[in-house]
Amino acid sequence: MSQSAALTVQDLEVTFGAFTAVGGASFVAEPGEVHFLIGPNGAGKTTCVDAVTGLVRGSGRVTLGEQEVLGRPVQKIARIGVGRTFQTASVFEQLSVLQNLDIAAGMHRSPWSLMGRRRGVEDRIRDALEQTQLEDLWDRPAGILSHGQKQWLEIGMLLVQDARVLMLDEPVAGMSLEERNATGELLHRVKQDRAVVVVEHDMEFMRSFASRVTVLHQGTVLSAGSVAEVQADPKVQEVYLGTASMTEEDAAQADAMAVQTAGGPHA
Amino acid sequence: MDVVLSQLVAGISVGSILLLAAIGLALTFGQMGVINMAHGEFIMIGAYVAFVMQGLFGSGVSLLVAIPAAFLVGGIFGVVLEQILIRHMYHRPLDTLLATFGVGLILQQLARDLFGAPAVQVSNPPWLSGSVQILGTNVPLTRLFILLLVVAVVAGLAALMAYTSLGRRIRATVLNRNLAETSGISTRWTDRTTFFIGSGLAGVAGVTVTLIGATSPTMGTSYIVDAFLVVVAGGIGRIKGAVIAAFSLGILQAFIEYSTTASIAKFIVLIAVVAFLQLRPQGLVSVQTRSLA
Repeated sequence: MSQSAALTVQDLEVTFGAFTAVGGASFVAEPGEVHFLIGPNGAGKTTCVDAVTGLVRGSGRVTLGEQEVLGRPVQKIARIGVGRTFQTASVFEQLSVLQNLDIAAGMHRSPWSLMGRRRGVEDRIRDALEQTQLEDLWDRPAGILSHGQKQWLEIGMLLVQDARVLMLDEPVAGMSLEERNATGELLHRVKQDRAVVVVEHDMEFMRSFASRVTVLHQGTVLSAGSVAEVQADPKVQEVYLGTASMTEEDAAQADAMAVQTAGGPHA
Repeated sequence: MDVVLSQLVAGISVGSILLLAAIGLALTFGQMGVINMAHGEFIMIGAYVAFVMQGLFGSGVSLLVAIPAAFLVGGIFGVVLEQILIRHMYHRPLDTLLATFGVGLILQQLARDLFGAPAVQVSNPPWLSGSVQILGTNVPLTRLFILLLVVAVVAGLAALMAYTSLGRRIRATVLNRNLAETSGISTRWTDRTTFFIGSGLAGVAGVTVTLIGATSPTMGTSYIVDAFLVVVAGGIGRIKGAVIAAFSLGILQAFIEYSTTASIAKFIVLIAVVAFLQLRPQGLVSVQTRSLA
């Protein structure tokens, strides 16, 4: 296990032509914490993750421990320890669960050792299978897993690639309550020596499992702090209650969020 | 019965040549989706490598030297083409088709300038002269050699894709580029390596076709269409599909050829493939997954 380190994002800016998707966002994700990035649709949450992982170009300063992150190619950023998942569960559908994990584990191998056949199953792969409850499915093609299992496999891949910060884009979307709780507990197990950043819409999940919350709105940080602090912030209440495009469900969640002052069990 | 057997053997022989021409394309077109019209010229380059090696080593051992040499030369041509042209045109298949067609013409002219327009002869090594009896049919040793070589190449490639880390990286890059990169895979490096192997295999195919035909600057054009036909009929992205398609087409052609002529057989095979693809556009072998995206 490489040393744990904090992910520091300072004044991150991302523009697409004339449109500013992220306009100077800053936050620090500390190891041992599950850091939630929340905000209404279009707030720039996913764009933040895309910029940190190199998939879109961003300016500002992003460091992992002492290492600069911005400006490196995507695979180099992955190799220094920034791992991510995607909004739509992304696994290599035609490969088996084990092969998916193998690809993630092979990240630190040199090109010249690529011709070798695999020998046995490495401990950390075994460990990841166990953590994500996929032991019995190791030889199945990833394409036939359920949606929730694919999302767990994504997290398992980040574990074997030894990511020091896990950036998860909507990890519980489409999951049952039971699966959500299992995912939340998984995140709290893996946060021990890693920083975990979660982009999420689900307020209930956020309340139950967030150690720290950063609220984004129109590309900037609206509020940050513990769940209780963020919920008590009038600016947050205004954004969540005053957005015309909000669905009724969101409104109800935001209502509940504004009323409730105590944090969840893990806050 | 004798006729059936002898046509079957002839068909398998035709199929093995089809497969050799197509197997590299199954990687570059099937896996990466690059329409490389210069693939036929890479076959031609492989054939000329065999010709050059014959001049250097004599026709006894030259064949065995020529196979790895042609793999290397074909591969290098492939990487250079990928590096300076194709990588700027990923996701623009029409542009790639036209540009690589032009490259093919340039390579043909280059061969004409270096070796002359008339066909050159690569003589078969003495240890491949003669024939053996298989199922009551005379099979020339050259044909048997090609069949064994193609079996070895396909087995090697299948093992590479299934069991090695490199194979997994190639497949990962094809399946999901972004996810491959965030998993720490250099997709640029993987593209180059895939192209090297695919083009190198075209070079190997070139060496083997010198055993059964003349070597000329335009020989590649006669293989490129068949090669694409095999990959498309087999199901894009599936090496297994290419294998089945190559032998099916070879056998089909041999049987029709027996009752008519070679060109009528070719015509009927083409019609059959078009009809088949109307019924099953995804080709022989396809993949089913459960995906939300």
